[in-house]
Amino acid sequence: MTLTVANGWALFAHFLAMSMLAIGGALSTAPEIHRYVVDERHWLDDNQFTAAVALAQAAPGPNLLFVPVVGYAVAGLGGAMIALSGMLIPSTTLALAVSRWGSKRREQRGVRAFVAGMAPITIAMLLTSGGLLASPLVHAPAAWLLLAATLGLSLKTRINPVWLIAGGAVAGASGWV
Amino acid sequence: MTLLAPELRPAPRSPGELMRAFSAMALQGFGGVLPVAQRELVERRQWLTREQFTETLSIGQILPGPNVVNMALIIGDRFFGWRGAFAALAGLLALPLVIVLALAALATQYAAEPHVGGALRGMGAVAAGLIIATACKLLPTLARNPLGRGACAAVLLATLICVGGLRWPMAYAVLGIGGAAVLAAWRRLEPGA
Repeated sequence: MTLTVANGWALFAHFLAMSMLAIGGALSTAPEIHRYVVDERHWLDDNQFTAAVALAQAAPGPNLLFVPVVGYAVAGLGGAMIALSGMLIPSTTLALAVSRWGSKRREQRGVRAFVAGMAPITIAMLLTSGGLLASPLVHAPAAWLLLAATLGLSLKTRINPVWLIAGGAVAGASGWV
Repeated sequence: MTLLAPELRPAPRSPGELMRAFSAMALQGFGGVLPVAQRELVERRQWLTREQFTETLSIGQILPGPNVVNMALIIGDRFFGWRGAFAALAGLLALPLVIVLALAALATQYAAEPHVGGALRGMGAVAAGLIIATACKLLPTLARNPLGRGACAAVLLATLICVGGLRWPMAYAVLGIGGAAVLAAWRRLEPGA
């Protein structure tokens, strides 16, 4: 899309909200970002969204970097900066404000209840993210094989994920997927 | 292993050193930086003890926002206040951001090439597998969850159905299902425990 004040602000506001919802890691917000940029705004299609997350996984650095890549796919460099700053500002402010408070109270009942209650939700959000990323590949049996092989190797071995991503890229580039 | 008194523990000498250390960690971190951070901060540089690392991680996890970003902020803040926090954050993000945006720019430019499109689809399938594997590795931790296995399974399935199936906005799931789960965990935990 072409960046305007209105849609730039909408993108920024969306990522401000995602920053506060990112409990248990940035990737747990991927389904909500997908719902907004693909289903609601139609800024990207399923293929572009999956490609953005895959690129971020192929590069070194925190998983959070899929956020500026999605922003880049939506509206170029400006979109990347808007998405990343939106994702960082609220949580960074809060982290600095409460880190000293939290370290004194981490054994308290409320904090433990929060961690316990949110844990199954984080896992469900990750499973949903994986499903969404696979959705544009539903009709490619080879992609399912690749997904299953990744799952098996990640669970059974300590292989560095970068080799799996490279393997996926080679398999795809040779026209196999 | 010797236990060093706090004042004898190694520490970064300047925010610049903190920034370079986080840069080095980020550039080694494919598929997440946390495992590298543990190795580098606890075992190699010994800026934190294992207990301090776990404690910092658990605070990073209860705060909203990406875990490793929160950890970098807290560690940076502990050594050099807000200057340290931003040095650690900049170290963690700056170079990886340049790399990933360069990759994205290249991919956009050559997206019409069938090889590039294919490579992106293959990487997408692997990325989906990696994320599902992360979820599977976390599943056993639910066995020790104070909610109990049955309630954990119910919360997990309810979230999958509402967000994955019915495409509810995530805020409803976090506030509704998450709120109920936190309340249930609160009731099961002993007061003052």
